[in-house]
Amino acid sequence: MRMLFTKEGVAIWSSHLDLMRALMRSFRRAGIELKHSQGFTPHPELSILMPLSVGVESQCEIAEFALAEGCEIPAEEIAARLNPVLPAGIRALESWEGGQKAGKLAWLRARLTLRYQGTGNREPGTGDGEADSSAPLRSPFDFAQGKAENDRIEAIRALFGRPSLIVEKHGKKGVVETDIAPMIRELVVKGTGNGEPGTGDAADSAAGENAVVLEAVVAAQNPTLNPLLLATAIERYLPEYKPALVQCRRLEIYDADMRPFR
Amino acid sequence: MSKTIDELLPRILPRVQKPARYVGGEYNQTVKALREIDTRVAFCFPDTYEIGMSNLGLRILYGVVNNMDGVWCERVFTPWGDMEAEMRAAGLPLYALESHDPVADFDMIAFSVGYEMSYTNILTMLDLAGIPLRAAERHGLHNIVFAGGACTYNPEPLAEFIDFFSLGEGEESTVEIVNCWRDAKKRDLSKEEFLWEVGKIPGVYVPSHYEHRYNPDGTLAAIVPLPGAPAKVTKRIVQDLDKAYYPVEPIVQSTEIVHDRQNLEVMRGCIRGCRFCQAGYTYRPVRPRKPETLYNQALQSLASSGDSEITLSSLSTSDYKYLEPLTDRLTEYCAARNVNISVPSLRADNFSRDLMLKLQKVRKSGLTFAPEAGTQRLRDAINKNVTEEDVLKTCEIAFAGGWNNVKLYFMLGLPTETDEDVLGIAELVYKIYNCWKDHASNKKRGVRIHVATAFFVPKPFTGFQWERQITPEEYLRRCRLLKEHMNNKSIEYSYHEAKLSELEAVLARGDRRLGPVIEAAWRRGAKLDGWMEYFDYEKWIAALEECGVDRHFYTTRGFGTDELLPWETIDPGVSKAFLLRERERAGRSEITPDCRHGCAGCGANRLLECGRCDP
Ligand code: SF4
Repeated sequence: MRMLFTKEGVAIWSSHLDLMRALMRSFRRAGIELKHSQGFTPHPELSILMPLSVGVESQCEIAEFALAEGCEIPAEEIAARLNPVLPAGIRALESWEGGQKAGKLAWLRARLTLRYQGTGNREPGTGDGEADSSAPLRSPFDFAQGKAENDRIEAIRALFGRPSLIVEKHGKKGVVETDIAPMIRELVVKGTGNGEPGTGDAADSAAGENAVVLEAVVAAQNPTLNPLLLATAIERYLPEYKPALVQCRRLEIYDADMRPFR
Repeated sequence: MSKTIDELLPRILPRVQKPARYVGGEYNQTVKALREIDTRVAFCFPDTYEIGMSNLGLRILYGVVNNMDGVWCERVFTPWGDMEAEMRAAGLPLYALESHDPVADFDMIAFSVGYEMSYTNILTMLDLAGIPLRAAERHGLHNIVFAGGACTYNPEPLAEFIDFFSLGEGEESTVEIVNCWRDAKKRDLSKEEFLWEVGKIPGVYVPSHYEHRYNPDGTLAAIVPLPGAPAKVTKRIVQDLDKAYYPVEPIVQSTEIVHDRQNLEVMRGCIRGCRFCQAGYTYRPVRPRKPETLYNQALQSLASSGDSEITLSSLSTSDYKYLEPLTDRLTEYCAARNVNISVPSLRADNFSRDLMLKLQKVRKSGLTFAPEAGTQRLRDAINKNVTEEDVLKTCEIAFAGGWNNVKLYFMLGLPTETDEDVLGIAELVYKIYNCWKDHASNKKRGVRIHVATAFFVPKPFTGFQWERQITPEEYLRRCRLLKEHMNNKSIEYSYHEAKLSELEAVLARGDRRLGPVIEAAWRRGAKLDGWMEYFDYEKWIAALEECGVDRHFYTTRGFGTDELLPWETIDPGVSKAFLLRERERAGRSEITPDCRHGCAGCGANRLLECGRCDP
């Protein structure tokens, strides 16, 4: 069985293992008995398809699980049963029997919100996380300000138009240089004020603030492109536009034909 | 929610280890609307989230205070070093997990102090909150700082920082304390007036109401109460544990903690009376909970938390008189739901084969024994009623049943200990090893025997409170001697850091002259002293020197039985006469029978309304 769920709010700071434990506890709280493995220390059969980095939001996480023998709850009801007992930030959207083979997962749509401090590109990207809450609010009539932001957006757009983008990837085998350009299927750069209102996620509060939003479809499997590497590319190629803070949200996952993966 | 804190957090959290510790929002946490409350309590635990969230006392008092109408109690833990540095760099003040509001906004700030080496964390937390460290520098009813917990029976080293102490069990007294504050607030009392009011609550000790005078040789000459202050403050206990609050809807930690399971407290107090054990004395009188109460609490807390493990906890769970009926019912419930039951501190002597097999059905964990000393003579002297025969018999059953992992805990530096006692540890370990060779059901898997020694710290309110501590050098000599005599690859030996235990003794036995030392050490950067990653002996030595305090005065000197001890204002139930008697019996290697075999007259029964223990 599978379940589609969100990870937002305070829950984004939980690690993959923390999330696994939280889901297992939630199943117990909901009185849904999971199938357990055999052996010395039986553990529940539950997995999460694509582990999410700490600090990243998602509205398209998929958990796979099996119910214990004798637990006759229809797959479609699982989500509704879980919701009242899930921790803050985790919401079950739907649940179903079966599902596509994990190998069919091909693409991920993600949104990066790049936040800059102060106004315009004054002191761009010191990257030390020092928040400048005393910065004056940007006036819509501030022409110089608007121009600086346009330059930034244009530079970022141009960057992702290049045929090759080499970034350093930190993996099990140490640091390797990878060309991420071929792993990007689609990429849109938006300025401030373009956040979709009312979704309640991080991009929302970007509206009217000093931020740039990237929405991209990237390879989800073989090889996988962590969308945060898009920000790494900006840091490398456009150091003057290094954001003070990068927020990331997974929006949807697809199979090779760009149908939502379920 | 605090706007600036919530703006700063997303910028800081990606750079710290385990950020889930710093955001709250856990399932079952208590959130109240600000317009419905008049009093805010910040419940501070001076250690990390992982340690603090494992503390049952914190969970109990959190629930007790939040059960009060108009009062909201929130949690605060000590940030790890990386988070502290980020907070200081960003100007982010210490905040409470539920509301993310600054701790400085809270009316009352309560510390639960379980361990001496967390003293500097109290200062870190006050400082990060922007609250003056010293009680005398805090004025008015805002930010009243009080403390309780297992190691506040000697409150004197902290006297300078804490406005008042709540001694003993807080289920009832904490409610009285908070109500006293609310009343003072209504009447617009000064802080001084409030302290006199709160001091009338049984179990509350206000250090500023006592003057400590010293002799020229540094010993305490007199403790002089101000007019109106009680000569003695007696700790509080809960009379009926079956009616006491228990967190059946516990907060579910959002990241792994030290005790990542439900904790069912089967009894308070210990019938044994080991002469080195502070908790064994200060948690008396012995009070078991009814098995029906526990069964219901277990079912409710498991259902509400979704935990897959439950521990039957107490100082000595195998002495819980209804252990069998309780585990019988619980195993039935738990086995059907893949929930593990664990019983720590099982004793070798009454370890029933039945129970072992029952628990084994659900889970196989290692066997743990704490003989504490290597020879029967020394075990008698410390009143650790474990015999070699018991240990070997239990091992025999366990090895035959397929167990192959044994952990053994001992202490070195115990009063009257000789090299013969040290070598007795090695002898016992080899007997266990041979027992495995003779009885193991499957020898191919080998056996692991872990031996650990701790450095004995003579604690206040124990039969050994007057004893001296040996030097760290002597302790390490005994460790090496033991190591030389345990050369076998199945035996793994580890020993506690000597310097840490030395400072633990100084702080545990310290008087008011330790306050400035704690502050000086903290100013030099001492923090998270219970963690080897941070513990820095040199900082403490420098602080002691700076304050002109000789550590040996509190460790190797030993205290005279006619000496006035710093903690004598406090009455934990167990009487001084009894402790002296225990000391004398120790000198004769004479045991004291446990409470079930006859009341030894420790004096703790005085705290019970009925005057009689039901061990
Ligand atoms: S009063 Fe007697 S029975 Fe009660 S705890 Fe003390 S020694 Fe044990």
